[in-house]
Amino acid sequence: MVEQLEKAIDFQPVAEVKHLDFYYSGFHAIKNVNFDIPEKKVTALIGPSGCGKTTLLRCFNRMHDLYPGNRYQGGILVNGVNILAKEVDPIEVRMRISMVFQKPNPFPKSIFENVAYGLRIRGENSRTVLDEKVEDALKSAALWEEAKDRLNQSAYDLSGGQQQRLCIARALVTEPEIVLFDEPTSALDPIATNSIEELMSGLKQKVTILIVTHSMQQAARFSDYTAFMYMGELIEFDKTETIFSQPAQKRTQDYLSGRIG
Amino acid sequence: MQNLVEIRRNIKQRQLFNNIFALVGLFIILVAILILLALTLRMFIDGAPRLNWGFFSNFPSRRAENAGILSAWIGTTLVMLVTAVAAVPVGVASGIYLEEYAKKNWLADLIEINVTNLAGVPSIIYGLLALGLFVYDWSLGESVLTAGLTLALLILPVVIVTTREAIRAIPNSLREAAYAMGATKWQVVQDHLLPYSFGSILTGVIIGLSRAIGETAPVITIGALTFIAFLPDSPIKSEFPFISFEWLKAPFTVMPIQMFNWVSRPQADFQVNAAAAGAVLIFMTLGMNAVAIYLRYQLRKGIKW
Repeated sequence: MVEQLEKAIDFQPVAEVKHLDFYYSGFHAIKNVNFDIPEKKVTALIGPSGCGKTTLLRCFNRMHDLYPGNRYQGGILVNGVNILAKEVDPIEVRMRISMVFQKPNPFPKSIFENVAYGLRIRGENSRTVLDEKVEDALKSAALWEEAKDRLNQSAYDLSGGQQQRLCIARALVTEPEIVLFDEPTSALDPIATNSIEELMSGLKQKVTILIVTHSMQQAARFSDYTAFMYMGELIEFDKTETIFSQPAQKRTQDYLSGRIG
Repeated sequence: MQNLVEIRRNIKQRQLFNNIFALVGLFIILVAILILLALTLRMFIDGAPRLNWGFFSNFPSRRAENAGILSAWIGTTLVMLVTAVAAVPVGVASGIYLEEYAKKNWLADLIEINVTNLAGVPSIIYGLLALGLFVYDWSLGESVLTAGLTLALLILPVVIVTTREAIRAIPNSLREAAYAMGATKWQVVQDHLLPYSFGSILTGVIIGLSRAIGETAPVITIGALTFIAFLPDSPIKSEFPFISFEWLKAPFTVMPIQMFNWVSRPQADFQVNAAAAGAVLIFMTLGMNAVAIYLRYQLRKGIKW
């Protein structure tokens, strides 16, 4: 495991997961996970349902802090700071690391206000700044052309795929260091999925992406690195082509060939 | 083929009970509505001869044809105003605190059980509490303020419970979306939970006020008058500072007490007055409900999930 990790590290990590354990009350959901996240690359987390991949993803923006009884151990170092430390405010973490959820969850507000929300809560009220940043974010999320004439309409007037791109724009507007994606296409049809995937491949030039996906094909299609999890443990982490062509671990092989999961 | 016949017979049998329930349900509802309509209609017909301008602009009088509800409807309006101003902020804030801020432990459970049970406490108990606390201990007098605060206590559980339910109905995905952007708890409440639940909270407030407007027992307990021939001080003045709160300290009466007073008199003419006052009271309640339905419709137009 250790040699294997060292082999994989030929990049500059933006975040380092070190001896991470996570507990839901009594349930030990993440077991001693160690790996590094490469900067401005797409890293995919794969594994069967219930293996802890979403739980791991939600450690990165301290979402678990919202519910009682959850406990972290170990650390996630982002630029040398352990973001799981008690003295670090979860709000600070969420301002640096944003998230796109499984089901599109725009606010029942206008398209403009949805994207501008991240800036508004920081106290930004200048119309020129908001206009400019909302436009940039919508362009990055490939939604500007469709949305520019209806910024004041409700976000619920958009289709499912457009809503998910709106959520991506909302996550990008504050220029985060890392964007977390939790199965962002599982509620979408193939065409919308395709456009979101294209969008994410383009985004990695600007931002580090960590994505949880159910679909191995999706991981193979556009991620640079892949982490395979099973029963709360990280079984293997390597370049995506290595994982899919010659996995080192038996269990990875079994999962990829459909024997477990 | 034999099989299909059997399936159909089986379905027919099961549908029979379904249809019986539908019919019985419809019958019971019709009976209930008809009785209610008949009673209300009777009251309107009885009271109709007295429903004119004078009835609203006259003080009560010993002569039935001169008696009006001026002091009663103004009293009711002012008391309802105090009730709403006192109950809404406290109730909504308590609901938000219990739902979003309070830790979920035995203390929260205890508070929850108590709040729910408070909604079922007989209203006269609130009257006794108010008599001891507001009238004697705080020396607020037998005033509009005391009555408003008493009825506010009475509807507080309703406001708290509906606020909690309205906030709970908001999908968790929206909370998570806001928190994931780095919002504080208060920002989530202010930017999302309150605006999205406003329509439902308002409905709860109006249901509470509709209950309060018909309450008689607690208002009598704190010493509301049954016969009053002057109005509270005007809240708007011609001299600086133009508004006055003297009316809060004024003695008062309310619609149900005025009605009760007339019903208890032997003369038939006063019975007509009571019916007319009842009709007005029902219109006030219906009016509040209509406003609630309209506002809820307007506010929910853009919000669905």
